[in-house]
Amino acid sequence: MTTQPVEAPAGVKRGVSRRDDVRSLRIPMLAMLVLGLLAPFVVYPVFLMKMLCFALFACAFNLLIGYVGLLSFGHALFFGGAGYLAGHAAKVWGLPFELAVLTGTATAALLGLAVGWLAIRRQGIYFAMITLALAQMFYFYCLRAPFTGGEDGIQGIPRGKLLGLVSLDSNLTMYFVVLAIFLFGFFFIFRVIHSPFGQVMKAVRENEPRAVSLGYKSDHYKLIAFVISAALSGLAGGTKSIVFQLASLTDVHWSTSGEVILMVLLGGLGTVFGPIVGAVLIVCVESYLADLGGWVTVVQGALFVVCVLAFRRGIIGELSRVLRRPL
Amino acid sequence: MTTVFGVPIQALFSQLLVGLINGSFYALLSLGLAVIFGLLNIINFCHGALYMLGALVAWLLLHFLDLGYWPALLIAPIVVGLFGMLIERTMLRRLQGLDPLFGLLLTFGLALVIQGVARNYFGVSGEPYDVPEQLSGGKNLGFMFLPNYRGWVVLVSVLLCALTWFVTERTRMGAYLRAATENPILVQAFGINVPVLITVTYGLGVALAALAGVMAAPIYRVNPLMGADLIIVVFAVVVIGGMGSILGSIVTGFALGVIEGLTKVFYPEASNTVVFVIMALVLLVKPAGLFGRTA
Amino acid sequence: MRFAARLFALALPCLLPFGAMAQGGKVVKIGVLNDMSGLYADLGGPGSVVAAKMAAEEFGNKVAGMPIEIVSADHQNKPDVGSGIATKWIDVDGVDVIVDVPNSGVALAMAKIAADKNKVFIDSGAATSDLTGKACTPNTVHWTYDTWSLANGTGKYVVKAGGNTWFFLTADYAFGKALERDTKAVVEANGGKVLGSVAHPLNASDFSSFLLQAQASKAKIIGLANAGGDTINSIKAASEFGIVQGGQKLAGLLVFISDVHALGLKAANGLQLTSAFYWDTNDSTRAWSKKFAARHNGRMPTMVQAGVYAGVLHYLKAVQALKSDEDGKAVVAKMKALPTDDPAFGKGSIRADGRKIHPMYLFEVKKPNESKGPWDYYKLIREIPAAEAFRPLDQGECPLVTSAAKK
Repeated sequence: MTTQPVEAPAGVKRGVSRRDDVRSLRIPMLAMLVLGLLAPFVVYPVFLMKMLCFALFACAFNLLIGYVGLLSFGHALFFGGAGYLAGHAAKVWGLPFELAVLTGTATAALLGLAVGWLAIRRQGIYFAMITLALAQMFYFYCLRAPFTGGEDGIQGIPRGKLLGLVSLDSNLTMYFVVLAIFLFGFFFIFRVIHSPFGQVMKAVRENEPRAVSLGYKSDHYKLIAFVISAALSGLAGGTKSIVFQLASLTDVHWSTSGEVILMVLLGGLGTVFGPIVGAVLIVCVESYLADLGGWVTVVQGALFVVCVLAFRRGIIGELSRVLRRPL
Repeated sequence: MTTVFGVPIQALFSQLLVGLINGSFYALLSLGLAVIFGLLNIINFCHGALYMLGALVAWLLLHFLDLGYWPALLIAPIVVGLFGMLIERTMLRRLQGLDPLFGLLLTFGLALVIQGVARNYFGVSGEPYDVPEQLSGGKNLGFMFLPNYRGWVVLVSVLLCALTWFVTERTRMGAYLRAATENPILVQAFGINVPVLITVTYGLGVALAALAGVMAAPIYRVNPLMGADLIIVVFAVVVIGGMGSILGSIVTGFALGVIEGLTKVFYPEASNTVVFVIMALVLLVKPAGLFGRTA
Repeated sequence: MRFAARLFALALPCLLPFGAMAQGGKVVKIGVLNDMSGLYADLGGPGSVVAAKMAAEEFGNKVAGMPIEIVSADHQNKPDVGSGIATKWIDVDGVDVIVDVPNSGVALAMAKIAADKNKVFIDSGAATSDLTGKACTPNTVHWTYDTWSLANGTGKYVVKAGGNTWFFLTADYAFGKALERDTKAVVEANGGKVLGSVAHPLNASDFSSFLLQAQASKAKIIGLANAGGDTINSIKAASEFGIVQGGQKLAGLLVFISDVHALGLKAANGLQLTSAFYWDTNDSTRAWSKKFAARHNGRMPTMVQAGVYAGVLHYLKAVQALKSDEDGKAVVAKMKALPTDDPAFGKGSIRADGRKIHPMYLFEVKKPNESKGPWDYYKLIREIPAAEAFRPLDQGECPLVTSAAKK
């Protein structure tokens, strides 16, 4: 296992060990925690929960594109698929909240294994196209499968009780549970990135033949990263469907895949906080523009164009460059 | 009545013919994409939106300038082609040298913008566009009634495909282009203005899409989302055919139309997904595509 | 710390507007929730807002001493977007009644939200008969139409008029299949025969293949068990392939006048459909519709928009009688107790299961030479009396009805 530092983006001072990385991010993380704990008393908790779910989804996606370098165009498959399974588990099988969410996550992980196994063989645009094709097939399956409720979706999903004890009907209680889930996912990803496994992933991204020549089975690492990304996307999706008590086709549509790409791009590819910022911003923008209906897609498209042309590092990426520390 | 798998042979022939007609459409549409992606390595996700723009311009010409189908066939591709060249010159050129996936994201964003704007001004159910007088009506072929217009589409498609293939594979211009994508610096050293060549080629690819749009207007109605529905299928066609091969896209387009047509007869519910199944299979077995050059 | 400050500064402006929870209802707030920019925008859309405004103006924009406010939003045909808007409207903005809501998926979500929060839901746009069946609540009123009444109208009376062999072109998803199933039952119950069917993928772009199969079946009637863009495309393709010239007739199971307008009479003539409202039916519908058209770009109202008008009008009558809009259940109970009367639907009533009862009409689309001008599209084949037009009360499995019966 290597302990050499990985090549850092230009202009960013890097600590010699991963401990330094963690230490330098302590303050932003603390800020995030405090913000998360206080926010529901100021802002409508349901809105915040939406942001948290998408933030987790974006972080999971960022793991794949930012650290492994694979652009998947079909991540809605995991997000929405887990949403359906979690909803079904809660509503039809009557599972309590945590088991339902786990069901969703496990489903997403399995789907991730299948899709990943098929898609990892190819790279770049081919990889993106395969994930898109498989996601489309899944979308059409969901459209027709009776258990998904087709166009209506699965409605009236009960929130149930956490651990059989705490009722989740109150928005505030639900919020803190979702916050806990988000923090768990976030720190899990953080741990993965700043681990030997994470170092190998970065090595594979930077120069795959060299990593292979060092004896690492790059395909295995890519697949594991893919499954983790899928599972955490599933965690986000399953939580979302139970919080909103609704699992619908929108969650498996390719526009959701596009949305999460935009969130990560806007926030900053390959940064720690980027996906969160991106998710928060996009959810806000969509809420503001909801009254204008059709203009939402125009704004999203314009954001894509602007980001790709002039703003490739994203908000946190630019901030990171200015502050000269990794974020 | 003779039957094949329970389907009367007459019905089968008519379905095959319909499939061929649709296939010619796919071929025509994927032609522009094949040129752009195959030769320029630009992943042009806004191809569908530009196709829609072609139809939209045709409709606008009809409504505001009273110019019918025939002038539109000429004007719309030129207008949209120029727009395409503008896109290439101002935006895509800046992405040269970067990961091609950025090109995908940029064009994806452009598609969202173009479609969103069109949607806001023209609604979603779309506008009708009539088949031109000279091509309306149809012939009774015995086993089915073939609308003249659909026959016309097949004709144009075959002609254009042949023309494009010929130009790219057999003329000097095509050779310059293929060389330019492989080694622009060297080609430029020979005195050929590579950036202009690329811009013009992109414009031509876009013009092909717009032309397909004008041809589609009488059949599918002019509606802002007509491109979004097709773009993924068209990409699949190009990927299956081989992302570098014009011939591959043409053959795949027609073949896919026929396969889809047969699926509609025997298992219609799957007709939407059959193209993706094939694409996934091809990518697993022969990732360069059926006619592709490099893996 | 700087970073934290920046993050906070970035995030704060977005979050502020969503602060304080709703304060009490000294205003009667009506929320028109529908598809403003998508497939059903012409069906309801901004037109429904106009219709709601017309109803409010008949009360002088005040009822029981409270001013009337109308808000609107676009649910984009997505249940999650609709739910998000509805919960925010009720929790934060103090909306008392949600109206319109085409798209059955969103409508079902609305019914539940209205019941949970004790507000009122008056649906005019959605088709699912479950709203007055399995999913009925004491807070829901289903105006205008539903799948059962459409299947009954088109199925039964087309068969009676001679169209006794059918072939279905069905959209391959739950709604399309439900339409096919309901109409098939009605057709067969009235002595017709279903020769076959083909399921096409939702939002298919090309129908030529499916229509050829319909043509080959030689059925007298081709039933279109689909909606929106699929219906429009099927009709267009049918016209292109000479299906109607060949002697077969098309029966649209969910077609609106806005669809016919989009298609043009050349493509749509001969199409049979059932509707709850047509602007040219009688003098009072004509008068009201002309007023509507003057405010809505000269477009005549669809049955959905008429239903929004009538529904809001009746809601306001109930609120006036109760002198309050606080208790959703009570308002709906009052709406069921009072008979309805408006220029669009005439006299009618609302049943225990929330179903609004009025006559339905079977129309055929005119040929171009039969029409005197834009929007003059339908000729009446038959009026279906209110008593026969909707599913009998005891067949719906509505818990409100069965529990009342048990008492």
